[in-house]
Amino acid sequence: MAEKTKIKGESYIWLNAMGLSLGIIMIVFLLGLIVKEGLTVFWPKKVYQIETTDNQTIVGERVSIGTKINTEIIDASADRKVREWYIYQGNKDLTGQSFRYLEESKVKSTSFPEAFIRMERMEYGNAIALPSKIVLDGKEEILASDEKFQEVLESTIEKTDALRDQIHEFEKVEIGKVNSEIEEIRLEILEDETLQENYADELKDLEQQYEKLRLEASEMHEQLEKDQFFYTVPGYQEKSVTFGEIVRFYYPNQLSLGGRFVQFIDNIIYFIKEKPREANTEGGIFPALFGTFVMTVLMSLLVTPFGVIAAVFMHEYARPEPVVRVLRIAINNLAGVPSIVFGVFGLGFFVYFIGQSIDDIFNLPPPTFGTGGLMWASLTLALLTLPVVIVSTEESLNAVPKGIREASLACGSTKWQMIWRILIPASLPGIITGMILAMARGAGEVAPLMLVGVVKLAPDLPLNTTYPFIHLDQKFMHLGFHIYDLGFQSPDSEAAKPMVFATTLLLITLVITLNLFGIIVRNKIRNKYASSAF
Amino acid sequence: MTVDIQSNSKEADVKNTGFNVEEKSSSSRVLERNVKDGSNLMSPETGQYLSNNNTDVIENPIISVKNFDFSYGNNKVLHDINLDVPEKEIVAFIGPSGCGKSTLLRSMNRMNDLVDVANYEGEIIIRDQNIFDPALDVIGLRRRVGMVFQKSNPFPKSIYENVIFGLRIIGENRKSFLDETVERCLRSAALWDEVKDRLHESAFGLSGGQMQRLCIARAIANEPEIVLMDEPCSALDPVATVKVEELMLELKKNYTIVIVTHNMQQASRVSDRTAFFYLGELVEYAKTERIFSNPSNPKTEDYISGRFG
Repeated sequence: MAEKTKIKGESYIWLNAMGLSLGIIMIVFLLGLIVKEGLTVFWPKKVYQIETTDNQTIVGERVSIGTKINTEIIDASADRKVREWYIYQGNKDLTGQSFRYLEESKVKSTSFPEAFIRMERMEYGNAIALPSKIVLDGKEEILASDEKFQEVLESTIEKTDALRDQIHEFEKVEIGKVNSEIEEIRLEILEDETLQENYADELKDLEQQYEKLRLEASEMHEQLEKDQFFYTVPGYQEKSVTFGEIVRFYYPNQLSLGGRFVQFIDNIIYFIKEKPREANTEGGIFPALFGTFVMTVLMSLLVTPFGVIAAVFMHEYARPEPVVRVLRIAINNLAGVPSIVFGVFGLGFFVYFIGQSIDDIFNLPPPTFGTGGLMWASLTLALLTLPVVIVSTEESLNAVPKGIREASLACGSTKWQMIWRILIPASLPGIITGMILAMARGAGEVAPLMLVGVVKLAPDLPLNTTYPFIHLDQKFMHLGFHIYDLGFQSPDSEAAKPMVFATTLLLITLVITLNLFGIIVRNKIRNKYASSAF
Repeated sequence: MTVDIQSNSKEADVKNTGFNVEEKSSSSRVLERNVKDGSNLMSPETGQYLSNNNTDVIENPIISVKNFDFSYGNNKVLHDINLDVPEKEIVAFIGPSGCGKSTLLRSMNRMNDLVDVANYEGEIIIRDQNIFDPALDVIGLRRRVGMVFQKSNPFPKSIYENVIFGLRIIGENRKSFLDETVERCLRSAALWDEVKDRLHESAFGLSGGQMQRLCIARAIANEPEIVLMDEPCSALDPVATVKVEELMLELKKNYTIVIVTHNMQQASRVSDRTAFFYLGELVEYAKTERIFSNPSNPKTEDYISGRFG
């Protein structure tokens, strides 16, 4: 009898397991896709030289092989699938499109000439070409067949790189200083016209200085143009670029596996630390990464104290209970309000109302705070993530054993002392959990940010060495918005696709890193007071 | 909270019915014995089981409870309690669950203020001052009347910080003084030798018995006059219990201790006086030897001999 009894419900455990597996599979698939696509962007690929059946020569990297349906064949029963290659050919200035498709049947032969160079330029993206010669200073010619060629190429690029840095520094520091001095005087004159005479000499002097520096700078710029690099792309005429145009290069067909890996790491570092160029489709994404980081940290710093204070009042002091309950439901629901609504609120309240009031009161040149900026974006997101922090703080306050509260009061503490000396430290792990969740949510938001301070291009970082170091009024870049901009606003979305994946991968890595940091801190605190009591 | 008490008292009601039946049968026996003793104490027929009729009178009690009633909302849990606690003695409160002994104990340092629906009448006088006087400083009262709880409840801080919590909150930060206090209190709590090398480690690393002794050390760091203990050994093993009991006897030299316990042996081992509560009434209050050897009330005898409760 006993063994015949069927235990009801046990057989449905598989339902739970299936639900979990489904979730995990989807997440793994999504992450896998992003990681794979994101990382392959950086992996240096071989350059094909393809001869086609119609006697064309195509040079490029084979990105993938896909199939398409040949619409010319009308008979539905026939095999209409055609394999085609997806090729990255670069050389946008010559070919017009950096990506193209090629039906496999049209490929006559392929080869991998070792001489190919993959060269990133300031404009028009990458060039994949056969180098022909270098002309130094308009005189000395070094042919590609020369032994010294590679050496000279490297040293010249290093030289121009250093020069470029020097020019950048010069423009920023020397010219920037004179410029800001002139600007200051102009502002003072604007306010009080009688000062014009007092400053006339000084202004003249500064303007002369500025002119001199400008000349110096343009001389340096000319230096950049002196050396030239000549190359040919099969099927096109010989071209030349000045070395000032070349960012970096490598020989993709000469790399060993180890060399490929080194280049791969180098590509990733380059992507992370460089500024974007060419409508964000080339170069790196450092300003966006940095902007996201600064904004997320600022947001956490704003939301955590605010949320904790609110939760403490609600949990410890607020009465009567029915009103608190309604309030709690309202706060929970706040978490479900579409984020764009918060964006609109931020724009109306922070930017237009508070920002413009600040400008008026402190007589700042409008718009300083009266327009979107880092501060307002962080505040808007802080508002958006506030419910998360309040809920988790309240929950962890609730979880503090009643005995500890009583013990604190029995020791003669006031309620206030009990809260700040005992309850808050005891619920710190829960508070940090709330902060982690808030960071995860905040870092990924895009919609509200578009209204309150994120822009497509803002190469100046919001945190730098000029006073007051953190520029809360400055507009900034954001990885989430960058993804949107690349994927949907860029003129050549096909060309931007790898960048979209790489940026997504970076955003996810950033969020995970921030969360990991939070988790480590939380575990430290938890271990310090590890006990069965919690 | 309220719900809890109600369910407890319902439970007690059920017991009560059973008990009353038994009472009748035992009353004749009690009378017999009373006659034998030559002490004519009380008549069970009147149903009056008030305070003790012992001849010994407590002079200058440190705590004096007078006509004290207490209720949670509509649920009255203490009826007209009168009880004096002498200085530097241990007084044990015994009785079945829900009889109000913990409530009385918690009233002595006004821990019941935390319960919104608590109401009381009557007075508790500690050192000639009614503790319910609106002008009284509750914080000051709690510093004078320390408390140790049933479940050890160290703070999520180091052992050191746990002991001196009461000093920190009044802004005492002199290191030498704090160090001294920590050593004194931990020595008094018989914990110093076990933890002196890890004072700055988390208090949660201690064993259950050690934690409870830490809580006692914490309670005496404020140098209170009275220490209230609410079933301090109920969560401890016998070895730890013995240690805490020894500690209580040691502490008696300097402090007045009121302890609530469910352990009759414990009450008989440590206390000087014992009060038996039943259904919110103080049934009997006398010297411990007397309560355990020769209780004047049949309910007390039934309870301590394990016939119910």
